[in-house]
Amino acid sequence: MTGVRKFVNSVGLPRLIIGIFFIALIISGLALGLNPQFLFSDIIRRWLMYSILVLAMVPGVQSGIGLNFGISLGVVSGLVGVVIAMEVAFNGGWFLHLGAAAAWLSLLLALVIAIVIAALVGAAYGLLLNRVKGSEMTVSTYVGFSSIAMMNIVWVILNFKNGQLRWPIGRGLRNTASLQESFGGLLSDPRIYETARSITISPEVSDVGSIKVKQPAGLSFLAIDVADSGFILPLGLILVFALCCLVVWLFFRSKTGVALSAAGENELFTRANGINVDRMRILGTSISTVFGAVGIIIYAQTYGFLQLYNAPLMMGFTAVASILLGGATVTRARISNVIIGTLLFQGILTVALPVANQLVNVSALPEVMRMIISNGIILYALSKTKGGNQR
Amino acid sequence: MNQNKRLTLETKDSFADRLKTLLFDNKVMIVFALLCYGAFVVSGSQIETVLSEVFTRIARNGFTVLALLIPVFAGMGLNFGIVIGAIAAQIAVFATVYWRFTGFGGMMLAVALATPMAILFGYLVGKLFNKMKGAEMIAGLILGYFADGLYQLLFLVLIGGVIPATDPRFIIDGGMGVKNAIDLTGSLKYTLDRVQIIDLALGLFIIIAVITAGKLILHLRKKRSFEHKDWIIFAVVAVIYGLTYLPAIEKHLFADRVNLIVALPLFLAFVALRNLYHLYRNRKTAMPGFSRTRSIFMIVLAGVVFGLTYVPRLEALIMSVNLPVLPFILIAGLCAFNNGLLNTRLGQNMRTVGQSQTVAAASGIDVDRTRVIAMVLSTVLACWGQLIYLQNIGTFSTYGAHLQIGQFAVAALLVGGASVSKATNKQALIGVTLFHLLFIIAPQAGRELFGDAMVGEYFRVFVSYGVIALSLAMHAWQRKIRKEDPEFPDEVPSKPATALAHKVKEAD
Repeated sequence: MTGVRKFVNSVGLPRLIIGIFFIALIISGLALGLNPQFLFSDIIRRWLMYSILVLAMVPGVQSGIGLNFGISLGVVSGLVGVVIAMEVAFNGGWFLHLGAAAAWLSLLLALVIAIVIAALVGAAYGLLLNRVKGSEMTVSTYVGFSSIAMMNIVWVILNFKNGQLRWPIGRGLRNTASLQESFGGLLSDPRIYETARSITISPEVSDVGSIKVKQPAGLSFLAIDVADSGFILPLGLILVFALCCLVVWLFFRSKTGVALSAAGENELFTRANGINVDRMRILGTSISTVFGAVGIIIYAQTYGFLQLYNAPLMMGFTAVASILLGGATVTRARISNVIIGTLLFQGILTVALPVANQLVNVSALPEVMRMIISNGIILYALSKTKGGNQR
Repeated sequence: MNQNKRLTLETKDSFADRLKTLLFDNKVMIVFALLCYGAFVVSGSQIETVLSEVFTRIARNGFTVLALLIPVFAGMGLNFGIVIGAIAAQIAVFATVYWRFTGFGGMMLAVALATPMAILFGYLVGKLFNKMKGAEMIAGLILGYFADGLYQLLFLVLIGGVIPATDPRFIIDGGMGVKNAIDLTGSLKYTLDRVQIIDLALGLFIIIAVITAGKLILHLRKKRSFEHKDWIIFAVVAVIYGLTYLPAIEKHLFADRVNLIVALPLFLAFVALRNLYHLYRNRKTAMPGFSRTRSIFMIVLAGVVFGLTYVPRLEALIMSVNLPVLPFILIAGLCAFNNGLLNTRLGQNMRTVGQSQTVAAASGIDVDRTRVIAMVLSTVLACWGQLIYLQNIGTFSTYGAHLQIGQFAVAALLVGGASVSKATNKQALIGVTLFHLLFIIAPQAGRELFGDAMVGEYFRVFVSYGVIALSLAMHAWQRKIRKEDPEFPDEVPSKPATALAHKVKEAD
């Protein structure tokens, strides 16, 4: 009996329940005759799609600001980056000369713009969080909501030319913009290395209207269709995620990183050692926001569509729930928490849809499940820590 | 430095200082009022339509906003968890409509079904919040989403899927799940709005009669003394009810609406009388929080406003608004309940718990129990508020009606100048008025300014989130400053202590 209890305690009750549920879902899915190649490809794709957004939680938690529901600030920074990069690409003459590299340059440009904006916004946000110590989570939730609502106004006012972004008539940006003619799928979709993608350009730049480019086959290792079985290994995504993890890992081994962790763990002790706690918290928030921006770009890249307006509203909740499911607490988080948590959380949602479709005809069921699981996990974690906000 | 500041705060301030404090304390409200005014000017809307729409929305949402006050008294912050009360109401409404109950009786059935559910939910929420002290707000917010997930599971899958339900009016064609929208026309729509005054008089008479009878029984069993006051209340109500049989009065009472030109003077008279009463009670010793100037000012203001109703232009404007009687009586009743609660033992306990749980526990108050009671009350009130909302709006959007309730109610309360730790009836009512004023005007203003109504739509959502974010941040900031400042120790229950002392004095 004590052995069982010890095991449950070491794994953690929610992880155990969700893990068993996950495995049961996979087994029942396979028993119901779902295609295992597609199933596992989907799980891996969804896992990596969300993982950087979840990784963004780690610097925030470690620096002591708690669960960063305000990751939406990073998300909107990322969206701004992509939107600007796409518009620049559409209007820029350099597109004609670059050929296949154009899509990559769009991705790079989006990342650079997003990271710069996110770093600045994150620092300002960190300043705010330093003034509301003890209530970070409540404040950050609403700062996140407000930022999404504010960007809604911006999206509806922006007058862009790129037909992928704008509505065919009137003003404002689309709800969902296809990235098919930009950097969509570069890191995760094997098909784009076989068929040429057409890229539209502004008629003011060239009267051709669109150019066709083929991704070089030499890069096709980034997305492998293993033995043409339909099982897709998105090596590009894996590499990017691994790179991000490495950056975070190295950072937490640097002098600053150790100081940042210490600031989150014991503020008084750290201050006594001559470390500027407030500055560490700003740094942590800023890094978290930057990863949020990178995360949403990689997310959009994998998904193939850029979702504007209210789509990212609850993304913070998903990320928070994932890392908590992975075993993080309100005050401590590790990279392993990110990997496990995202796999379990996204894995369940991925498998649930086809399984649910086989059993009952309710298409909204996975969404309902997402709400119950994610919010249930957050509540559980809050009750475990006697409310997270208290020190 | 700080010492000086506090001293000046406690002694007489100069008029300019007090004006500054007044403006500063009401900054959110003032900014919002200016915003509303600007949006109104830009939108070019008809003032008559806006005004009557505002009163419709106060009747619709006022009760829910007022349901937020009790947890604030108890120091549990803004109760985002009122979504759960709304969910209880919606389950009850669905059951009532499904079983084809209609009219006022159907509404009473909905109340009877919803209230026990809301009590249970409120109890559970309270228990949960006791495990998360200090994080009630974030917990309430997430709990709202969690409950929404369970609610969707119930309505999408369980009803029709597990619970047998086949009525094609409500169930999706496949036989599982409830349709997106349920029309309440002919069943529950306007069941509260359309209650006639004469029925209200009868209802009041019956309630008072039952209460008097109950008191009499208690008296006969020697559990409680029956005082003259009780007879007088009964007699007054009986006389009022008797008056309704006079044909000259009776013919006015079949209406279910009262024109604002009738209601406004009544309200002003109430304000004036209340302030007169305050002046009378404080004629010798001033209670804390009483200001003679303010009371006199309010009386004069009431008089001036009453005078203004005789200006033809304003009179026409006021005459264009008709108020549904029962919703406004319920709102007034809830205001009275909130005030009355603070004068009871329970209310004082809540105040003390809200100020400092340590002090409350030391003085023998069961902190956890008080907090649970606060949550139960708030959840039940929110549940009734949602019933008022649904019967007024007339279409029950199964998956959307409850979603924004917590959000909007909290934002409205904050707009009125309330904070996480302090809220009054007045702030709730002012807040709900201003907030909905902006809600009505913003799309039109957006269309005029940007050529796109969506801008206004998004703007009002932004404002509702932004107001909450700002208020929470400012409250946390002030609390942090106070914590770091030894001049303002965190745990001094100054208010309830003095209030309690005053009560004791009164009892002597």
